[in-house]
Amino acid sequence: MSDLDWIEQALTGARPVAVAALLRYFRNLDTAEEAFQEACLRALASWPKNGPPRDTAAWLILVGRNAGVDAARKRSRLEALPDEERLSDLEDAESALAERLDGSQYRDDILRLLFICCHPDLPRTQQIALALRIVSGLPVARIAHAFLVGESAMEQRITRAKGRVAKAAVPFEAPGPAERTERLAAVAAMLYLVFNEGYSAGYDQTAARAPLCDEAIRLVRLLQKIFPGEPEIMGLAALMLLQHARTAARFDAHGAVVLLEDQDRAAWDRGMIGEGLALLDKAMRHNRPGPYQIQAAVAALHARAATAAETDWPQIDHLYASLERMQPSPVVTLNRAVAVFKARGPADALALIAPLEKDLAGYFYFHGARGAFLNELGRREEARVSFDRAIALAGTAAEAAFIRMQLDGLGEGGARVAG
Amino acid sequence: MLYAILCYHDEHAVCAWSREQDDAVMQKLAVVQERLAREGRLGPVARLMPTTAATTLRKDREPPLVVDGPFAETKEQLLGFYLVEVAGLEEALAIAKELGAANPGGSYELRPVANFFDAKAAAP
Repeated sequence: MSDLDWIEQALTGARPVAVAALLRYFRNLDTAEEAFQEACLRALASWPKNGPPRDTAAWLILVGRNAGVDAARKRSRLEALPDEERLSDLEDAESALAERLDGSQYRDDILRLLFICCHPDLPRTQQIALALRIVSGLPVARIAHAFLVGESAMEQRITRAKGRVAKAAVPFEAPGPAERTERLAAVAAMLYLVFNEGYSAGYDQTAARAPLCDEAIRLVRLLQKIFPGEPEIMGLAALMLLQHARTAARFDAHGAVVLLEDQDRAAWDRGMIGEGLALLDKAMRHNRPGPYQIQAAVAALHARAATAAETDWPQIDHLYASLERMQPSPVVTLNRAVAVFKARGPADALALIAPLEKDLAGYFYFHGARGAFLNELGRREEARVSFDRAIALAGTAAEAAFIRMQLDGLGEGGARVAG
Repeated sequence: MLYAILCYHDEHAVCAWSREQDDAVMQKLAVVQERLAREGRLGPVARLMPTTAATTLRKDREPPLVVDGPFAETKEQLLGFYLVEVAGLEEALAIAKELGAANPGGSYELRPVANFFDAKAAAP
């Protein structure tokens, strides 16, 4: 690894903390980002010569802050601050700042930066794009690639999103406990969106979107570090890791969807599974269950089953039933129906989803699952209608191809449910 | 004698590694490790999960207190360790430098091992 490689990694690693602190200082996203960029440039000039600072984030914040103030002063024709050669040697200033950083302010800084990105006025894709650009620092070209749009279109989208949050006036005072909890929940939901945007990509987009999953995991780890005792954050981290662990097994060599039950479990990432299970264990010890922990527990049951046949479907049914009580949603019921199908058979499963028809009429998975249940009951014509409907609604070519496979198999029995 | 090489690095930086970067570092380390193993100088090696997976038992009180997270908030975290069989500090440092060339950034703390209980060797 060359100097530049590790410097780049250090800058990437320190970015969320540094931009968050600079945002508190300048109270303006653009200024904070510019100050961070300036600090990075100075790091590239100074670190290879002087060696890396002990605390990279604190160095970047101090230098970025001075650069920002310097720029502001130049604009107002006041005298400049000392140059960065002197600044970077200010050991005392650095440690003083580092100490301040250790406090709760630093925690609220990062939370605020993430929270700004999940402003409710912003459409989902803009929230995700903003978080990836500002918090993770992904290049616009890469974000554009992940969303299958041109670079200039994405640039515009991000600029517009920034303009909107700038007007939103997020308070910069430290939030009270209730507000902090609220922000944390909003941020967790936004991070899961980022993750799902990567995870739900079709085969042909997987390479472009996989970094979204990695970024979401990195950010949820960051969140967990600053809120170590929050079981739902542990649950969310576990959920992401347990799902992401299956990535290599989810598509075959031709890009077709491979069902959970048909996946090569040897291709699952054991390291991620291990960490996911450990985090879930930690979370459950708190006895404060929540939706992320329950979903992670479902993923954990899949991860723990050595073969698909050993899956504990009755327990999954039970977990989804708790999730239904906690967070009633037709999609949760649909998921539960798959477990019911495995544990108790197609008739019960079909009965469970019958009331969902109106809510989920436009949902690919609903018609796919319904077709599979009907087919299992020998009601082939009705199954065909459901599968046709599913194809019409499929979001990716692989999804459509998967349903076509089921249609081809009609009459042979053994149709299966995507999951 | 046995030396422990304790690996400290900024977790934020390591967690920002892409899979390719991580694999590349692990491959370079494997070259050094395999040679040390052939020479009979390598003991157990461990890479630890991030401190976000850590739980701390504070046993200075009764009953002990279980806390989420690492024992201490530090700028760099203990991310793994090696045990090496060496003649002394110079040899341990030479190994640490070699490992460090394969995986730059962060620090290694070299600590002589006072007692080592090998459960495998002791098993009947």
